[in-house]
Amino acid sequence: MGKYFDKLMEDVRMREGLTSCMNCGVCTGVCPSAEFYHYDPRQIVSIVQTKDDDAIEELLRSDTLWYCGECMSCRPRCPRGNTPGYVIQALRRLSQELGFFVESEKGRQQLALKRTIGESILETGFCIYPKLISPQMHPEQGPVWEWIYENDTNVYPQFTPSYRTLGTGALRKIDDDTMGELHRIFEVSGGKRFFDLIEEHSERKAKEMGYESADHEYFIDIYTSNSGGHTLQ
Amino acid sequence: MKRNSWQEYQKEIADDNYYYVRSCIRQNFFPGSEKAFLDIMRNDVGKNVIEEATHTSCTGIGYHSDIVPMETIMTVVARQFALMTEAGFENFTSSCITSFGIYTEMLETWNEFPETEERTREYLYKATGREFKKPKNLAHTSDVMFKHREAIAAKMKKPLINVFTGKPLRVVEHIGCHYAKLFPKKGVGGSEFPYVLAGMIESWGGEVVDYPERRHCCGFGFRNYIVQANRGFSVANSHKKLESMKPYKPDFIVTNCPGCSMFLDKWQYTIAEMEGNTYGQDGRGIPVLTYEEMAGLVLGYDPWQLGMQMHQVDVEPLLDKMGVVYDPAAKYLGPNGKFIGNPELASVNLNCTPTPTMRTL
Repeated sequence: MGKYFDKLMEDVRMREGLTSCMNCGVCTGVCPSAEFYHYDPRQIVSIVQTKDDDAIEELLRSDTLWYCGECMSCRPRCPRGNTPGYVIQALRRLSQELGFFVESEKGRQQLALKRTIGESILETGFCIYPKLISPQMHPEQGPVWEWIYENDTNVYPQFTPSYRTLGTGALRKIDDDTMGELHRIFEVSGGKRFFDLIEEHSERKAKEMGYESADHEYFIDIYTSNSGGHTLQ
Repeated sequence: MKRNSWQEYQKEIADDNYYYVRSCIRQNFFPGSEKAFLDIMRNDVGKNVIEEATHTSCTGIGYHSDIVPMETIMTVVARQFALMTEAGFENFTSSCITSFGIYTEMLETWNEFPETEERTREYLYKATGREFKKPKNLAHTSDVMFKHREAIAAKMKKPLINVFTGKPLRVVEHIGCHYAKLFPKKGVGGSEFPYVLAGMIESWGGEVVDYPERRHCCGFGFRNYIVQANRGFSVANSHKKLESMKPYKPDFIVTNCPGCSMFLDKWQYTIAEMEGNTYGQDGRGIPVLTYEEMAGLVLGYDPWQLGMQMHQVDVEPLLDKMGVVYDPAAKYLGPNGKFIGNPELASVNLNCTPTPTMRTL
């Protein structure tokens, strides 16, 4: 009893985000995810507060843990000063540390986030870059984005002196020394280890699910598949 | 509620000498706005703003997608502060709302849990050999523009007035969640009555529209947009806001958040294609502006130099209402007037029924 709770309390966001919840449900009332998904942040906080290992492990393995959009609308409204969003961030960290995230459809998507946003950070120094937002993967971006995407070398230089080249300005190429520092920060502070952890657990799960590996096919499946049943409508 | 409630939440915003860092999302979708911020602050308001090539993403999208650990983003933040320190600056300003929330959160965490600051300093030194001082003043770039809104008003060429009716333009202001919901006292007006954009609108002649879902999230939700399988969450939340604001007949939307500007624009396209619904008064979409674009138009900048051709929802109906003189034929031209083709037409700009293929989006 309390094994996972104690682990969670090592995360400063838990200490900041949870003192004592009285289950009023204001967080659920203002939550954009609760209006869309079968989701109730009040219950997450309530489960964590019980310190029940079985119940917390079930949460760490569930889709429920991954519905929150981290808008933090819950934070200013809680009459007790709790932050359910912080509690969820700590739970998500633990779910990935323990490899439980691969046990749910929404949790498995962490690999897609690592392969897109995570790798963009380490390759370009930015979370996103125009070539990451392909019209094929982003039809909702519309024809103007498609025009920009196809004419990037004509469009962007109108607004930046250093599109994909060294210098200051938007969408510049970041110099090698800076990228070296960024990579060393990821190594020293545990970011690289965390990326590797996501890959390792995903590889294990992919094989368990019958894929050869967590390769492109697995990536595309977790990035695009929605089994339904998550939402209210 | 009393109209002046925002005044209970005041924040100090430095007057000059800003160390500027860019936004990952904005440089992709609104690079003209970042350029306009620097041009307006330096040339129209006369302030010193420095930008260096050596800064990077704060990695905030990764942090809020739960793939970048807190220790890592803290060290990246510390490196940005080290660059500011080495450049001899003390006032840090961020173009991104997610980043602004990140910088605020990390400073507050260091304050609340000093051992995390100590660990971050060790990591930074080990990884880069750098050391840092914390900024004396931290502001979002919309704070900086709010601070200087009267200086901009003094040079105003096109106020936010409908030239056909003589009445103020009706403006929906949308504040990014991470501007003040994380730390209400770090935002002008707090999380319930943010005044940072409303102040600009009022100073420049417009009228702020209130509507029921004014404070609802745009629906970015990080993993809920980035992963294709989850995007229903994102469009559903934008849809909720757009439905709520429509009866109030706004002339345009202005936001201070990279994601919000993009989603409220792009999801109008998607909804029009899928359902044939539009939210503007003329059967078309509602133009969505950044605050720099709003300031740029007020100051008489050319809309295409501001990058407003990169929006999916056409801005021309607004330009006409403001009496802005522009060249329609120049909208999609490349450098030196080079023709590079036009984007395909879209329902949101045409007041027509959706195409069959787009219904399957």
